[in-house]
Amino acid sequence: MTLRVDNLKVWYRTPRGEVQALDGVSFGVADGEIVGLAGESGCGKSTLGRSLIRLDAAMRHVDGTVELDGKELPIADDERMSGFRFKEVSIIPQYAMSALNPTRRIGGMLAELLESRGVGMAGVRDELRRRLELVGLDAEVLDRYPIELSGGMKQRMVMVISTMLNPSLLIADEVTSALDVSTQKAVAETLVEFRDRHYVKSTLFITHDLSLVYQIADSIVVMYAGRLAEKAPTDTLVAAPRHPYTRMLLAALPEVGVRYGARRLQGIPGSPPSLLTPPTGCRFRDRCPLAFDKCATQPPFVEVAPDHLVACWKAG
Amino acid sequence: MLRLDRISKTYRIGTFGSRELTAVRDVSFQVHPGEVISLIGESGSGKSTIGRMILRLTGVSAGTISFDGTDIAGFKGRGLRTYYGNVQGVFQDPFSCYNPIFRAERVLEMLRGPWFPGLDDRQWRDKVAASLEAVRLDPAQVLGKYPHQLSGGQLQRLLVARALLLDIRLLVADEIISMLDASTRIDVLNLLGDLKARGLGILFITHDLSLGNYLSDQTVILRRGEVVEQGPTERVFGRPEHPYTRALLASVPQLHRKWDRTGPGVRGAAGESA
Repeated sequence: MTLRVDNLKVWYRTPRGEVQALDGVSFGVADGEIVGLAGESGCGKSTLGRSLIRLDAAMRHVDGTVELDGKELPIADDERMSGFRFKEVSIIPQYAMSALNPTRRIGGMLAELLESRGVGMAGVRDELRRRLELVGLDAEVLDRYPIELSGGMKQRMVMVISTMLNPSLLIADEVTSALDVSTQKAVAETLVEFRDRHYVKSTLFITHDLSLVYQIADSIVVMYAGRLAEKAPTDTLVAAPRHPYTRMLLAALPEVGVRYGARRLQGIPGSPPSLLTPPTGCRFRDRCPLAFDKCATQPPFVEVAPDHLVACWKAG
Repeated sequence: MLRLDRISKTYRIGTFGSRELTAVRDVSFQVHPGEVISLIGESGSGKSTIGRMILRLTGVSAGTISFDGTDIAGFKGRGLRTYYGNVQGVFQDPFSCYNPIFRAERVLEMLRGPWFPGLDDRQWRDKVAASLEAVRLDPAQVLGKYPHQLSGGQLQRLLVARALLLDIRLLVADEIISMLDASTRIDVLNLLGDLKARGLGILFITHDLSLGNYLSDQTVILRRGEVVEQGPTERVFGRPEHPYTRALLASVPQLHRKWDRTGPGVRGAAGESA
């Protein structure tokens, strides 16, 4: 097991109190596995991704542990985490387009980055060239400024940079949201390729798009309001979801071939609860058609079938 | 109702406008009452430019856009005002359409002075309530609230309600649901479907093929400013003729159908040079 997250709680400090953005999350990522983390805006999926690499000043590690390759990640200790970043855990940020320093040539920036981890540019040059070729970039992009690259090219460049030191865990946070469908497919497939070539051991692929994560992930985790709702192997989750939220979310997705006149899809009425003062019990309770008395108590995240975990009293 | 006849748009770029960039070339289509036309394309395909030209936010370089047989380029003063009473647009980012220091319904109130000076308070309230009902918003939930207190879906529906206050006949919907969550996005789509049933013509501009497919009667696929394929939605999606349309369809992530990993490279087909 590459990654083991146990009861992780990370809250945000705000003037109006603490936002319980990540509230008791437990799951694992196996060696060589691509886990898709899906959910709607504000569900805590990006907070989870960021917690695994760097907590910013507003974030507070409240409880829980994270283990990477058997070692505990000191997520609350910024300085000690520094030894893990880039080498052991790496991230492709949400806006990779703006992750590159606009005033520096890409090659110079990369050399500096590698040097800060004690790696010389000369030693990796051949490997770098191979990887650039793999993502369809010419080695001469290293002499260019970020502004000279298109959005898709910058995205691929950042992917190569982030994985240069073969990290155990790669966090890909909404890496394709800003891209066109065809570029999106190329970028998503590159992530699979990186895994297959062992550039990264495991990947946590964060997205709001279930149909995209279905394409490349081995298993999918669905989050709702700071907690995990369901985790299952990809095909199981899409074909036989057990959590009412997962079911309703899947039913709300228009697909090519589904037409308004023929089949009217339904959204999920209501909106997620405020995480400043979250309700007790199941957080999906107010929007759930199956809710009953017992939902006032928080349902545990339990295994209902092999590798299939659900947090719902009705799913058992 | 609306007819685009071989319209083009060229921009001057470079120092002193020394070069020309053709953003839209020879695009023709029509929108009839009660019809939804999807304008689908990737970034840089000119789809938003077409929407902006229809809304007169930018000029047309060649060709004509006519509404009920009259060229819209000639509209001035009263004529333009009448045109905007018939045609309105809603755009991608609902958050940036509101001034955060005013209550959200200000976008509705601003129409009252110029357009409905004759209505008394009661009539105005009824009118607002009717348009909110048409977009399935509960007045108690949205009126008196500030933009940050409302969800993206609510703000977007409020903007549609604003357009409906004017009894418009054509709505230009430019990526209006791209920023919304999956669970609320479908509600806005269904709303457009209901409005279409009431006779509203809709130009639905999107990059997302599955969203375009769900709603529209006619589909226009654009690539670098040119139409590559257009026709009834069933035909364009069911039996795409152009290789670009096929490549685009093959790269849409869909549930229950995984990408063909061995298929032809889309990167080349989509025209992005590496």
